[in-house]
Amino acid sequence: MQKMNISTSPHISSLDNTSGIMLDVIFALLPATICGICFFGFHAALIIAVSVASAVAAEYIWCRAIKKEPSLRDLSAIVTGLLLGLNLPPTLPLWMAALGSAVAIVVVKQMFGGIGHNFANPAITARITLMVSFPTAMTTFVDPFVASDAVSTATPLSGNQQIPTDITGLFFGNYPGCIGETSALLLLAGGIYLVLRKVITPHLPLAFLASAAALSALLGENPLYTILSGGIMLGSIFMATDYVTSPPTKWGKVIFGIGAGLITVVIRHFGNIPEGVSFAILLMNILTPHITRLTTGKPFGTEVKQNEK
Amino acid sequence: MKNKERVLKPLGKIKGGIKVPHHKTTSEFESIVLAPPEKVTISMSQHIGAPCEPTVSVGDKVFVGSVVGDSAAFISAPIHSSVSGEVSEITTIRMPAGNEVKAVVITSDGEMTPDPEIKPPKVETVDDLVAAARASGLVGLGGAGFPAHVKLKPSEDKPLDTLIINGAECEPFITSDYRECMEHPEDILNGVYLIKKLLNIENVIIAVEDNKPAAIKTLYEIAADEKRDPADKVKLMKLKSRYPQGAEKVLIYSATKRKLPLGKLPSDIGCIVMNITSVSFLYRYIKTGMPLVTKRITVDGNAVLEPKNFIAPIGTPISYVLEQAKAENPEKVLMGGPMMGIAIYDTSLPVLKQNNAILAFTGNAAKSKPTTDCIRCGRCLRACPMGLAPASVDLAVKNPKVEELNALNVMYCIECGSCAFCCPAGRPLTAVMRLAKNEVRKAGK
Repeated sequence: MQKMNISTSPHISSLDNTSGIMLDVIFALLPATICGICFFGFHAALIIAVSVASAVAAEYIWCRAIKKEPSLRDLSAIVTGLLLGLNLPPTLPLWMAALGSAVAIVVVKQMFGGIGHNFANPAITARITLMVSFPTAMTTFVDPFVASDAVSTATPLSGNQQIPTDITGLFFGNYPGCIGETSALLLLAGGIYLVLRKVITPHLPLAFLASAAALSALLGENPLYTILSGGIMLGSIFMATDYVTSPPTKWGKVIFGIGAGLITVVIRHFGNIPEGVSFAILLMNILTPHITRLTTGKPFGTEVKQNEK
Repeated sequence: MKNKERVLKPLGKIKGGIKVPHHKTTSEFESIVLAPPEKVTISMSQHIGAPCEPTVSVGDKVFVGSVVGDSAAFISAPIHSSVSGEVSEITTIRMPAGNEVKAVVITSDGEMTPDPEIKPPKVETVDDLVAAARASGLVGLGGAGFPAHVKLKPSEDKPLDTLIINGAECEPFITSDYRECMEHPEDILNGVYLIKKLLNIENVIIAVEDNKPAAIKTLYEIAADEKRDPADKVKLMKLKSRYPQGAEKVLIYSATKRKLPLGKLPSDIGCIVMNITSVSFLYRYIKTGMPLVTKRITVDGNAVLEPKNFIAPIGTPISYVLEQAKAENPEKVLMGGPMMGIAIYDTSLPVLKQNNAILAFTGNAAKSKPTTDCIRCGRCLRACPMGLAPASVDLAVKNPKVEELNALNVMYCIECGSCAFCCPAGRPLTAVMRLAKNEVRKAGK
């Protein structure tokens, strides 16, 4: 008798796998990455390379150290490193980028159990760590198309509203900022790609951007300015939609998005730090389990009573 | 104008569900009557409910349609010989689930002589119909194998208003119900009118997925009969092709917008659901008196060189069926569809009444996706037609606490496989749900 393979049903599965999803995210980020490198030059490319490489290295070394099989094949370390790199200012010393990646992978991700177990977004938390550790380096921005050792400039978010940055410039990304956050156009294109590939649903980014725009309009600001400047586009499309740290339910995503949008604008408007996206996402990350519980519906067939006859 | 209204749109929209590859290679292949094998092994458990006891002994002469097993239990159905010949052995076989059941082995004389005592039953009342359904050995041919007479038996306090004919056939590969629609559409409609009349049911909905337009057209042309149905109560419904559209709870919701509560039967909400081939068979039985001795099975899969629909005698060894369809080095063989079927380790097992497919796979198709950590993508939540959270159950079941599993509503799971199908981390979520249900059942005892 020939031995047959045995499995429990279902015996077929979709073609999706974790590395495929991560690869889609990397693809979606590529245009914005290339654009950022074109805008901010060779040093920006180095920062991204270093943050990706050190994220991968940190994952490998940590997993070897605790005798766990390194899961480099799922590409999630590359996504974390890339996202962190895109969230760094283009003049940052390279060792800081490396340190940030190590914090993201080791402290935020692996110490909580690795992929799928972290409660906060690794790249966001690493960025915040760098922000509070090296505030000057993390807020030194330069104009696009100038050498990276040029004099630093204020970002459109520095509170210095006289900076003549027009909406078109913001849309294409031609303004000082973190490497990958400036081109709203290319980030949106990446977001649309992810939605079409069904990697993410549009609920969370739309709720995030809409609530931020609405609150800033109430506060008398130009809502377009709010959603096109700073890290909100990158944050809402690529960071807040992180599977592990955002609710899986449709309404949960909407609540997360609204909360993050409102907190972002509140920090930007009333806080004494220029950007609030990272903190907004981190705060909502912490609320995610509660939002998920609140928005989990009843199973099919519990709310009957119609057509009882 | 009137005819147009006969093809209804679904009333309820399927929640969740998944897009599965259809692979309906065999849909245009006329069914082929399989030459009877030398020996058939008739299992005494081919239905949900009490297994039968053999009513014959070694050396007895039997004919096609002779009763070889029966049970006094209400939820059970008699079992008949599918060949003529001699009972050569009463044995036990191990079913894929691991349980042992009795089986009657019959050596065929090659004549296929029908039992001389077979004659069409007289069916004039609903009681006649229930008796006929039991005598025919009919079980739900969609795959579950629930004895048909139990379903048809009317209950005073549960009036039925809708008969739903399940022709969804949402499992990939399987085309046996579709072939029934194309080859015996008259029998289906005759069966429908008979059941409608005797059970005094007002509405009939014949539900077919929209990936089978030819079946919808054929059935609709016959259903559009003003003489038999002047009040226009027999309707066709074009279901969206989305797995698990044919699952009973999902189907009832699509057809009537009624939600079947946990632990209730369709009759509790005024519905009776029957598989399309079951209805057709029941009519043929009443016309000819020949009980359920053959079953149309789709033989397909990437290890099968000549995919076919066979009309196979029940009890035919699966290895024989595969041989006839030129299966080459199968590494995984399934009884039933790829979403809910059972993988068997032993191809000498016989074809059962409720089998609708034998699928054989080789290479990558015979392997499972490697399992990695859950990334909490939420695909399983969105796919679950019952609105459950398989990923949470996956965590909870590692250290099972019944209250926690109950809070996750695991008993609602219909084991359709949608969650595991769409999991990018290849986690065996459906198996996990079964495990969780088992924990809850154990605690209830």
